[in-house]
Amino acid sequence: MSVLVIAEHDNSEIKAATLNTITAARQIDGDVHLLVAGANMDGAMQAASQIHGIAKVLKADAPELGHHLAENIALVIVELATNYTHILAPASTFGKNVMPRAAALLDTQQISDISAVVDADTFERPVYAGNAVATVKSSDAIKLITVRGTTFDPVKAEGGQPEVEDVAPKGDAGLSSFVGLEASESDRPELTSADIVVSGGRGVGSAENFAIIEKLADKIGAAVGASRAAVDAGYVPNDYQVGQTGKVVAPDLYIAIGISGAIQHLAGMKDSKVIVAINKDEDAPIFQIADYGLVADLFEAVPELESKL
Amino acid sequence: MKILVPIKRVVDYNVKVRVKADNSGIELANVKMSVNPFDEIAIEEAVRLKEAGKATEVIAVSIGPEKAQEQLRTAMAIGADRAILVQTDAPIDLGGVEPLAVAKTLKALVDKESPDLVIMGKQSIDDDSNQTGQMLSALLGWAQGTFASKLELGDGNLKVTREVDGGLETLELKTPAIITTDLRLNEPRYAKLPDIMKAKKKELEVLAAEDLGVDYTPRLSIVKVEEPPTRQGGGKVADVDELIDKLKNEAKVLS
Ligand SMILES: Cc1cc2nc3c(=O)[nH]c(=O)nc-3n(C[C@H](O)[C@H](O)[C@H](O)COP(=O)(O)OP(=O)(O)OC[C@H]3O[C@@H](n4cnc5c(N)ncnc54)[C@H](O)[C@@H]3O)c2cc1C
Ligand SMILES: Nc1ncnc2c1ncn2[C@@H]1O[C@H](COP(=O)(O)O)[C@@H](O)[C@H]1O
Repeated sequence: MSVLVIAEHDNSEIKAATLNTITAARQIDGDVHLLVAGANMDGAMQAASQIHGIAKVLKADAPELGHHLAENIALVIVELATNYTHILAPASTFGKNVMPRAAALLDTQQISDISAVVDADTFERPVYAGNAVATVKSSDAIKLITVRGTTFDPVKAEGGQPEVEDVAPKGDAGLSSFVGLEASESDRPELTSADIVVSGGRGVGSAENFAIIEKLADKIGAAVGASRAAVDAGYVPNDYQVGQTGKVVAPDLYIAIGISGAIQHLAGMKDSKVIVAINKDEDAPIFQIADYGLVADLFEAVPELESKL
Repeated sequence: MKILVPIKRVVDYNVKVRVKADNSGIELANVKMSVNPFDEIAIEEAVRLKEAGKATEVIAVSIGPEKAQEQLRTAMAIGADRAILVQTDAPIDLGGVEPLAVAKTLKALVDKESPDLVIMGKQSIDDDSNQTGQMLSALLGWAQGTFASKLELGDGNLKVTREVDGGLETLELKTPAIITTDLRLNEPRYAKLPDIMKAKKKELEVLAAEDLGVDYTPRLSIVKVEEPPTRQGGGKVADVDELIDKLKNEAKVLS
């Protein structure tokens, strides 16, 4: 029995969530293979061939895989599937897009966003915005799974010596093509793997005001996140959204500023080790889960905090 | 152009759900139910395409209990022309009709209705699966445009902007295609009273799940459903100085 992990990468680098997904795979079985599907991906292959804890790297290199289109990558996964009992991918927008397509082609019911491996058939997953945890047992012969990265420690990115094997590409499904990516560039740490996250909500009031959140984040080397309300209002780009339907984070320190603490937001950050909330409303629900709550006007408290750190 | 919009009856997003005492699932008795919020966005988008003269008919469909007729009426009040309920008594949140079975049922409806476009939600807020749209497009052999924040219809193709982890990605898809909605695609309207009245007269066809020949036996059995561990919060600090002191010396998360 072997387990296949689908690497998330941008052709030049392997994304951190891949390393957490490998840990989940190793809890199922020690023999883990990694599929790296893309194009012009010397950088990603270089990184993949050093990852600890995997026996083999499967390289699928073809122009039609360069933009990770679900229609094309699913075909590669389906072709490899019969060699594996389990196929795992990170529960990121990449994994969420590709894996269900492969699962349907294989006639298996995917298990989304697992937070624990109980045994080879049984997994825990949060449902209802994290208000409940379901333990589910799969009867499918091949199990397709997406993995919540924050609940599994990453394997080491270096020190491994997996063998590398080429796999034949399956061609272009001819259904979709890439037009462009408006990447939100930033020198800050990646939101889902950062040690510290500073998030702002509707209380911040405007895109201009968000600079005070960013200034604090930069002072302490943090990533910047946001509530849905802050994204909807256009203060920050969509990929800053933390929550049930955005990104899930669990840093050592999460600082929520001007965020009320709706259940949909909590779903994405309540597993953080230490939570700080700054809000002027002492009854804001965020205070119920915060380790350190500061009832204050953020426009006074945040600059003061930034200057004293 | 005909648009099919699958909608799901789910617990309203404002309800604080509770786990059943026997740990078999979620307590759904006497709980407010609504159209899954992402599906409201899907109907709104379809209705706007009709209003812009780009679509000719919008059909809302749901797989669920008899009461899911309420949510189909809501969809028709927003502007769907007619609706189809595939009625089943199996649970639709957990341990019953799963995304793969929903996708197979929707495929049967697509085969019957031949829409040019299916617009649906990216995720149900009960099972949080985020699977059905991707599965349906696989079963149909169609292109998929998931997590959409913008749609531009062309002739025989469409451009979709997607909310991805690294920003906004634009793809061109061959049609027919499947679109799944993200939060920024549009802001759904509130149905007005006259529209709610009008919706009562629109056609709502009810099919028995058995008639579509899809097997609803779950592949995932529910071992148990539990409350997550509760977090001990509620601590307060008096001012910024105390906060800094606690973070450095008590929590030791800042140096
Ligand atoms: C289908 C669906 C999915 C959703 N997914 C998500 C998700 O993934 N993530 C998410 O975050 N939300 C999500 N939501 C939205 C969620 O329900 C809330 O609406 C949202 O989280 C509220 O954002 P907020 O806390 O920034 O705004 P509000 O609730 O408006 O809170 C603003 C807070 O700022 C405080 N404030 C105002 N001014 C100041 C000041 N000067 N100083 C200090 N404090 C101040 C106020 O006291 C208030 O508590 C979703 C909703 C739905 C329906
Ligand atoms: N029982 C159902 N009836 C109709 N549509 C559904 C049903 N279940 C899921 N869907 C559609 O599939 C989307 C994604 O659901 P899910 O894969 O369960 O997260 C929803 O937003 C709906 O558009």
